[in-house]
Amino acid sequence: MIAELGHFSLITAFILSLVGATLPHQGIRTGQLAFIHLAGKTAIAAFILSLIAFLSLGYSYYISDFSVVNVATNSHTLKPLMYKLSGAWGNHEGSLLFQIMIMTLYNASIALFSKALPTPFRARVIAVQHLVIVGFMLFVLMTSNPFLRLDPGPLEGNGLNPLLQDPGLIFHPPMLYLGYIGLSVPFSFAIAALIDGHVTPLWARWVRPWALLSWIFLTIGITLGSWWAYYELGWGGWWFWDPTENASFMPWLAAAALLHSAIVVEKRGALKNWTILLAIVAFSFSLLGMFLVRSGVVVSVHSFASDPERGVFILAFLALIIGSTLSLYAWRAPSLKGGGLFATLSRESALVLNNILLSIYAAVVLIGTLYPMILEAVNGTQISVGPPFFNFATAVIMTPLILALGVGPMLAWKRGKGDRIKALIIPVLIIALLTAVVIFWITAGTSLMTGLGLMLAFYLMGSSLMEMADRVKLFKDPAKAGKRLWALPRAAKGMTLAHLGLGVILLAITVSEAWSEEKLLVMKPGDQTTVSGYTFTFTEARPIAGPNYTAVEGHFDVTKGGQPITKLVPEDRLYTSPFMNTTEAAIHPLFSGDLYAVIGESAGIDKNTGQQKFAMRLYFKPLISGIWFGVFLMVIGGFLSLTDRRLRLGTAAPKSAPHNSTATKRQETV
Amino acid sequence: MTEIEHPKSSVVRFLPLAVFAAMALLFALLLTDDDRNPKQIKSALIGKTVPDISLPPLADNNPPLTSDDLKIGKPVILNFFASWCVPCRAEHESLMELAANEGVTVYGIAHKDKPEASRKFLAELGNPYAKIGVDRDGFKASIDFGISGVPETFIIDGNGKILYRHWGPIVDGHLENIILPKLREAK
Repeated sequence: MIAELGHFSLITAFILSLVGATLPHQGIRTGQLAFIHLAGKTAIAAFILSLIAFLSLGYSYYISDFSVVNVATNSHTLKPLMYKLSGAWGNHEGSLLFQIMIMTLYNASIALFSKALPTPFRARVIAVQHLVIVGFMLFVLMTSNPFLRLDPGPLEGNGLNPLLQDPGLIFHPPMLYLGYIGLSVPFSFAIAALIDGHVTPLWARWVRPWALLSWIFLTIGITLGSWWAYYELGWGGWWFWDPTENASFMPWLAAAALLHSAIVVEKRGALKNWTILLAIVAFSFSLLGMFLVRSGVVVSVHSFASDPERGVFILAFLALIIGSTLSLYAWRAPSLKGGGLFATLSRESALVLNNILLSIYAAVVLIGTLYPMILEAVNGTQISVGPPFFNFATAVIMTPLILALGVGPMLAWKRGKGDRIKALIIPVLIIALLTAVVIFWITAGTSLMTGLGLMLAFYLMGSSLMEMADRVKLFKDPAKAGKRLWALPRAAKGMTLAHLGLGVILLAITVSEAWSEEKLLVMKPGDQTTVSGYTFTFTEARPIAGPNYTAVEGHFDVTKGGQPITKLVPEDRLYTSPFMNTTEAAIHPLFSGDLYAVIGESAGIDKNTGQQKFAMRLYFKPLISGIWFGVFLMVIGGFLSLTDRRLRLGTAAPKSAPHNSTATKRQETV
Repeated sequence: MTEIEHPKSSVVRFLPLAVFAAMALLFALLLTDDDRNPKQIKSALIGKTVPDISLPPLADNNPPLTSDDLKIGKPVILNFFASWCVPCRAEHESLMELAANEGVTVYGIAHKDKPEASRKFLAELGNPYAKIGVDRDGFKASIDFGISGVPETFIIDGNGKILYRHWGPIVDGHLENIILPKLREAK
C-alpha cells in the first residue's frame, strides 16, 4: 500500500512538473500572472509529492517489504537498520528517486527564497528546472521504477553486498548526488538567461551560491569515496583515475571554474557568455557521469548493475537536454551583451587564466576517460589509459594553475599593481624554494617532481597567508590586525581557507607519494619487520566470527625506538551471504603519517614451527591525513563564503555596504 | 586593456555542440554494439600460434599436456576450468556435448585447483577431456594464455593457431551459435 502511495505521488508530481515546465513560459509571453505564479506553486507541490514518494520507498526498506522488487533485490533482514535505510538510495532506482527529491527540493527553494529575482525570470528558471525534473521522472517511471511489486514476495532479500556495508558509503553517494543535482540550478539559470537574452550581475549573484554549494557537496562526496577506497579496499591508495571517479571529478572542476567566473560576472559584468557555457557544461558533466556509471559503457567497481536499455534512455535524454541546450547557446550567445575592460595584470585576467586551466584540466580528464572507448569503437582494440597519463597531465596543468592561484587574490580588479605583487610574492617564492631545496637536500634527492610539488605547496600556502596578512595590514599595523581579520567578509576568509586547503592537499599528496614505505611479506606469529622506523611485530592470528561473516584478525604491536605506539588489528573477512572476501585495513593515524596494516590470504604452514603464515602488507604513509585535513579546510572555506553577508541578504547590496573595516576596496573580493 | 569578446565567429559558437555531438555518436556506437562486453578483454593471441606449454597430467600415469597436443591437424578446443568455479559447472554439459556428439577433441587445463578436487569434479559431472593438464598455481599455461579467470575456452586450428577465445561459460546457446560455427569454419 505504501509503495503504491509512493508510486502515485511520483506520477502526480510528474504531471505537476509537466505543467510547471510549460505553462509559465506561456504566461510570460502573454503576461498572464496566474500562469507565471504556477511555476512556484507546482515546484513546492512537486517537492512535497516527491518527498512522499521517497519516504514511501524508505519505509518499505524500513519494514523490509520484500514484495517490492527493489527492496528484495537490495536489502536483507540481517542488515543493520542503518544499512537497510541507506539501501533506499544505494541502488539505481532508489538513487534516481533520491535525486528527483533533491531536484524538486532545490526547485522549491528557488520558489521560496529567491524573491529578489524579478518574478518572470524566477518563473523561467523554475520552469526550466521542472523540465529537467520531468526528464528524470520519465526515466524512473518508464525504465527504473522502484515501486514495482513482486507477487508473491520472497521471504528474504538478496542484497547484502558486504563491501558496501560501510559508514563511508552511506553518505558518499548522497553527497555526490546533492552536488551533481545542485549543478542543475546554475544550468536552469543559464537556460533562462539564454531565453531572456540578458545576463545581469544579479544573475551571477544568484548562480554563484548554487555553484558553490554543489562544489562543496561534490568535494565532500568525492573525498568520502576516496577515504572509503583508502581504508576499505586495502591497497593503500585513495585515487585510481577510474572512469567513475573521473565522472565525479569533471563536474567538480567545472563547478570550481564556474564559481570563479561567476564572480567576474557579478563584479565586472564580463565573461557572461563563458559563464553561461560553464553552467551548461557543469551540469552536462553531471549527466555524463550518470550515463557512464549506469549505462554499462565502462566497467568499474562503482557501477550499478547496468542495463543497455537504460543506457539508451539516458543517452537519448542526454542528447535531448545537452544537445538542445548547446544549440540554444550557439543561437543565443551572441545576443548577450558583455562589458568590462581590464588590464592584462588584473583580478579578471587571473580568473580568466584560472578558468582556462581548469577547463583544460576537465577536458584532459574527459579525453583520458573517453579515449579507450574511442579506440575501441574505431578499431576494436582495448587499452587502458592509466594513472601515468593523468598524473602527468595533472602536474603539467596544476603547476601554472597554482602559480596563478598564488598571485590572483593579490591583484586588484581592472588593473593590478605590479610593484605590490612583487613585494608580496617574491619573499613567498624565495621561502618556498628554500624550504623545498632544504627538504630535497636532507632527503638526498628523490625525484624532481617531488621537489616541484613541495615548492608549489609551500608557495600556495605561503601566498595565501601572505595575501591575508597584507589585507589585515599585519606588517604595517600589527596591533589592529586581529580585529581587521575578524571584520573581514566571510567570503574573503573562505577564499583564503580554500586556497590554503589546496596547498595542504598538494603537500600531503607530494609527501605521501614520495616517502611512503610499503612492505609486502609473508609473516608468521612472532615475526618482526621495520617500516620507516616503526617496528611491526606480528603477535598472533585469531579467528573470529562476526554477525554475518567469519574473519582472521592479525594482531600487530607497533613500536618505535622501543616505545610502544599502538596495536593494529587488520581483518580478512569472509562473508557468507553473498560469498565475498573483504579486507579491513587497520590504520593508525599519527601526526607524521598513517600506520597501515593489511592481512591477506593464508600463505601455508611454516615447516619448522607448524604455525600458519599470512601474506601481509604494511605501510607507512607520511602526512596522508593532510589530504583529508586540506579538504576539510576547503569545505569550511566554501561554507564561510556561502554564508557571506552579501549572499545572506540576497539582494544587490550597494558597493558601500556597511563594512566598517579598514580593509577597504578589495573587501568584496572572494 | 583586454575585453573578453563574445564568440563572434559562428565556428566557436558551435564548437561545444559539435564536441558533444561527436561524444553522443561514440556512445551510441558503443551502446548499440550487441557483441560488446566491456568486461571482456580481447585476447592478443588471436591469429598467433599457441604458446609453449607442458603441464603435468591429472592422472599420474598419463603423459603431460604439451603444445604438440594442440597441433594435430584438426581443430581442437582448449578449456580452462576449476572445480571451485560455478560457471564451469554450468558449461560442463556443453563440453560433454562437444566431445561426445560432435567428436571434437577437447583439452582441459585445471586452473589453480587441487588435483584431487579436479578429479572429484570430473567424476561427478563426467570427463569430456581427451587430456588434462594441471596448472596448480596458475603460473604456467594460464599466464601464457593470458586468461583473466575461469572458464575460458580457446579454439585452435590444426596447426596450433589460436582462432577464437571464449570468455566466460559456454551457455545460453553459445555452443550452437558461436562455438560450432567457428569450429566448422576452422575445418
